Amino acid sequence: MKTILYIIQKEFKQIFRNKGMLPIIFVLPIFQLVILSNAATFEVKNIKFGYIDSDHTATSRALIEKFNASTYFNVLTDFPSEALASAAMLKGEVDVLLEIPNYFERDLQKEKQNSLGVTINAIDGAAAGVEKVYVTQIVQRFNQSIKVDLLQVSDKQIQPIAIETIPLFWYNKTLNYKTFMVPGILVLLVTMITLFLSGMNIVREKEIGTLEQINVTPIKKSQFIIGKLFPFWVIGMGLLTVGLILAKVIFNIPMIGSLPLLYLYTSIYILVILGIGLFISNFTDTQQQAMFIAWFFTVIFILMSGLFTPIESMPKWAQTLTEFNPIRYFVEVMRMVMLKGSGFKDILPQLLKTAIYAFVMNALAVWSYKKTN
Amino acid sequence: MDNNTVIQVEGLTKMYGDFAAVDAITFDVKKGEIFGFLGANGAGKTTAMKMLIGISKPTAGKAQVAGFDVYKQAENIKKSIGYMSQKFALYDDLTVKENITFFGGIYGLSRKRIKEKIAILLEELGLEDVSDQLVGALPLGWKQKLSFSVSLIHDPKIVFLDEPTGGVDPITRRQFWEMIYKAAHQGTTVFVTTHYMDEAEYCDRVSIMVNGKIEALDTPKKLKAQFQVDNMNDVFLKLARG
Repeated sequence: MKTILYIIQKEFKQIFRNKGMLPIIFVLPIFQLVILSNAATFEVKNIKFGYIDSDHTATSRALIEKFNASTYFNVLTDFPSEALASAAMLKGEVDVLLEIPNYFERDLQKEKQNSLGVTINAIDGAAAGVEKVYVTQIVQRFNQSIKVDLLQVSDKQIQPIAIETIPLFWYNKTLNYKTFMVPGILVLLVTMITLFLSGMNIVREKEIGTLEQINVTPIKKSQFIIGKLFPFWVIGMGLLTVGLILAKVIFNIPMIGSLPLLYLYTSIYILVILGIGLFISNFTDTQQQAMFIAWFFTVIFILMSGLFTPIESMPKWAQTLTEFNPIRYFVEVMRMVMLKGSGFKDILPQLLKTAIYAFVMNALAVWSYKKTN
Repeated sequence: MDNNTVIQVEGLTKMYGDFAAVDAITFDVKKGEIFGFLGANGAGKTTAMKMLIGISKPTAGKAQVAGFDVYKQAENIKKSIGYMSQKFALYDDLTVKENITFFGGIYGLSRKRIKEKIAILLEELGLEDVSDQLVGALPLGWKQKLSFSVSLIHDPKIVFLDEPTGGVDPITRRQFWEMIYKAAHQGTTVFVTTHYMDEAEYCDRVSIMVNGKIEALDTPKKLKAQFQVDNMNDVFLKLARG
């Protein structure tokens, strides 16, 4: 025990003495949280909208006015011809193109139905999908309003039949994407910093030769590893705290669940990451190698974590792979506890899996750390 | 192994693939002896030493250090030995005091004992004025002397020194050997490798390794007589050139 304290003391001294590392540990994560949380948005806004109005009637102008009034669409361009509109789409000046055909108003009154042409730039498929929904919503609302007009002028026997759905968005009522993203990005920060610090640390001692000096002392492997990892565990918990405070102060993210529960989970989760970091550093000889491997895993872990894309939409085999992704569980737990107020029982599956993961990774780390070659 | 033998090596071998870095060496070292372990670069000195201090597993042969077997009791060996590597291996970003405290701590010394040790070592080394300076800022000679002192912090039975005076000026080298003598006088066995043949003359006994094998082992005086030369340098040249 005393031995461990000496190592911890030494590690903290070295961390706080390293003027290059300190800002990386404490300032960069804050930047990341603030910048990423504002930038990593799924909302599609400022859609460049153009139209070809071949009808030039009150109805067609009313429809265009609906788009004009929407906050999602801006820069309304009136194209005189289809050729010009296509050229603009090719140049990227227009994302969504609405074509109102000749005799739109007349046919609508006569036949009670009509069609509109909508062209969407779908290079970004996700954005195109969202744009389609926006267009459909606006046209539907327009439909409702003219139905009433049409009924007045013509057949009174036909009652308007419409089924309306009123969605209720639970846990994130206003569909604020930041509420969704900030807990996830917090997960990234805690993970990246602890993984990189622990991954580099022992390799660094290998590089400068001090590890050999440690290996000729009678220190026990577990003592050394606990002493090495504890400071990073503390830093990880510190980062979580800073991140949660920022989430509350800057982004006003709700904290519905229990804070101690979140800390309990994180305290186990960080052990997984530290175990991985240590495992990496045992199998590498230089900090560069450790860095590359750490990057490789971080990128896969992040992209397969359900942070940016839902795990349910992944192919079956990829879903199975995510079972081995610690970040996945952390993202789930963060969102569950912070936004849904999930309790201990709700996160028990994630907690158990993470605890097993932590045990396995640290056992591997201790096993693979060899005092004797 | 009688009570007076602290290192006993028999047929110790380390293979890297087909290459025998250390090829069946046999020797023993007596308590309180200064044992010079000589050889050209790449002769296998460091490899042999690493097997004796328990950080490299031998491929074949037997070895006992401080009464413990290198295969099964490496961790026990580590309690009884000190080691100073070729490469400076204290923490540059810790102060002189912090380095002594850290190594004292992991060897299990009490707080009180560490305090005493710091006072003694700083005085002996004449480093009182720089005790709160980062080790990285010290000149190489001072660093080496500090390294040596740290390797003796837990009063080991044997201390292994791998080229301790490499790159050090003649005055510091002289002081360094005074420290070695003092340690030996207090009963510590010193196992030292060096490239300086004048240093070989200071050793009680000297072994010379060539291509993984020990080609000569005796007191400097007898070796000179055996090869009919008048200094160790010529002994070394005769052997190393084959």
